[in-house]
Amino acid sequence: MRRLALILALALAPAALAQDEAFPLYPDPGLPRAPAPENVTPPEAEQPAEQVVVGLSSDSVAITASFDGSEILIYGAIRRETPIPDTPLHVIVTVEAPSQALTIWRKARRAGIWVNTERVDVGAVPSYYAVASTGPLDQILDPAWDARYRISLPQAMRAFEGALEVRDTVPFTEALLRLREAEGRFLLDESGVHLAEETLFRADIALPATLVEGEYKTRIFLVREGQVIDVHRAPIMVRKIGLERWLYRLAFDQPLLYGLMSLAVAVLAGWGASAAFRKLRRA
Amino acid sequence: MQIFLPIAEVSVNAFILIGLGGLVGLMSGLFGVGGGFLITPLLFFIGIPPAIAVATGANQVVASSVSGVLAHMKRRSVDFRMGGVLLAGGLVGSALGVLVFNLLQQLGQVELVVQLCYVVFLGLIGTMMLQESIRALRRARNPAAPRRKLHDHMWVHRLPLKVKFRASGLYISVIPPLLVGLAVGVLAAIMGVGGGFIMVPAMIYLLGMPTKVVVGTSLFQITFVTAFTTLMHAVSYNTVDVMLAVLLIVGGVVGAQIGTSLGARLRAEQLRILLALLVLAVCGKLALDLFLPPEDLYTIVVRAR
Repeated sequence: MRRLALILALALAPAALAQDEAFPLYPDPGLPRAPAPENVTPPEAEQPAEQVVVGLSSDSVAITASFDGSEILIYGAIRRETPIPDTPLHVIVTVEAPSQALTIWRKARRAGIWVNTERVDVGAVPSYYAVASTGPLDQILDPAWDARYRISLPQAMRAFEGALEVRDTVPFTEALLRLREAEGRFLLDESGVHLAEETLFRADIALPATLVEGEYKTRIFLVREGQVIDVHRAPIMVRKIGLERWLYRLAFDQPLLYGLMSLAVAVLAGWGASAAFRKLRRA
Repeated sequence: MQIFLPIAEVSVNAFILIGLGGLVGLMSGLFGVGGGFLITPLLFFIGIPPAIAVATGANQVVASSVSGVLAHMKRRSVDFRMGGVLLAGGLVGSALGVLVFNLLQQLGQVELVVQLCYVVFLGLIGTMMLQESIRALRRARNPAAPRRKLHDHMWVHRLPLKVKFRASGLYISVIPPLLVGLAVGVLAAIMGVGGGFIMVPAMIYLLGMPTKVVVGTSLFQITFVTAFTTLMHAVSYNTVDVMLAVLLIVGGVVGAQIGTSLGARLRAEQLRILLALLVLAVCGKLALDLFLPPEDLYTIVVRAR
């Protein structure tokens, strides 16, 4: 049974490669894309020595009324034609949510009270970004490769900075990282990927309760001697479903109808409750 | 039980929301106030984004004022003509307030202005209520104290455009009630409150209306102004979270009924002192947040999805 699954996964691999073209590797489409490194996912002709074969616990996350965060399991195997090399193998997994336009405000004391005074507008920041790996990133990954693929949080952030109004933006982006990490929206787990026998790996990634809808991009990197030797990408769809979806769509597509419905609910509840209690008291 | 709010996009414990609604409902049943001025800051405290707290607060006030106005209509204690004039002012004020709200949101100052409004108004009302109820307690002990006149004739009664308000027994200009309505409409839109706590004293002391029609008439105006405000917020900024509103309303209506029957058994003056202290406590917490250095100097605001 397991062998069958593996064969299936292998058969599906080329299809997955073609699908990868659908979204860019780099998070910000506005920036010029660096040419793809030569030894990584080469076009048809040459296969890398080691390749990732990936499974996801589910390729979609449903936000229901009782949604309280979720966990996705990313697991997979490494396929190789040659014997295992001597150097240690590392695996890095990233999950990136759709981006939002943000404003970062800094408060200052004015006339005794704390007021938002300075702002930095950022064009697009992922509402969620997680990195899990088999070891500390600064030890397993060459900074040049990190910069090329924008894997670590500061690198991923750098891609999102837009035109700025404040001269010194560093404290603002640091604050963004700090606040988002505190909210569980930016995650760094340097022992989050478990690698067995240099072949099988798994990573559990926690999704917070405050999820934005859309396509979450998952990337899995194989790293040897600090260099990325293979990368695999897979999308995860996050959607509100049922009542949540219906209400959300109604609120944004038919705001007048939604507003009238909210009022009707309020009026009925107010009137119904007093009528019900009057009956109760009489009984 | 955690529940995911579809518009606020946060997960909150449903029982906390029902309890919050119930607590505020209990207050409104006990003291005859709408409770909007308590629910909106309490929503801030549990982490609901301010824009959504204000818009949803207005929706919750609709529910609590509808049952009140129905009861008053049965007792014929609503001055519809006065209510209509107040309402006309209120609708204009609400539209203005929603515009101001949007402007503040763009400037990044909405949280500050809403909090400042709350600190000022809660502070004023809390102090006034405390004074009033202490005075009432003293009067109860010393019944010989002089009584007040029905109402004084002031500058308000010398303005043009006079109209007869039969149910209130008044013949005054429509300008002051229009202005009162306008001010309350602006507050409804910015603070997510009904504004009864401003309108009731204004009607008594400024317009000289008799107390027996004041509460019914203000509830009449509040119902329509908050309904209009809810619609405006929903249509222009999609900030009404109906799931949040329903939970608050469910708690609120039950709490209000319990509060009403409880209130009949307790002593009014002491209750008023309690409410005044509660209002001042909320005011103090909000003021501290403004004056003390914040935990983090930076905040993140999502501009667009």
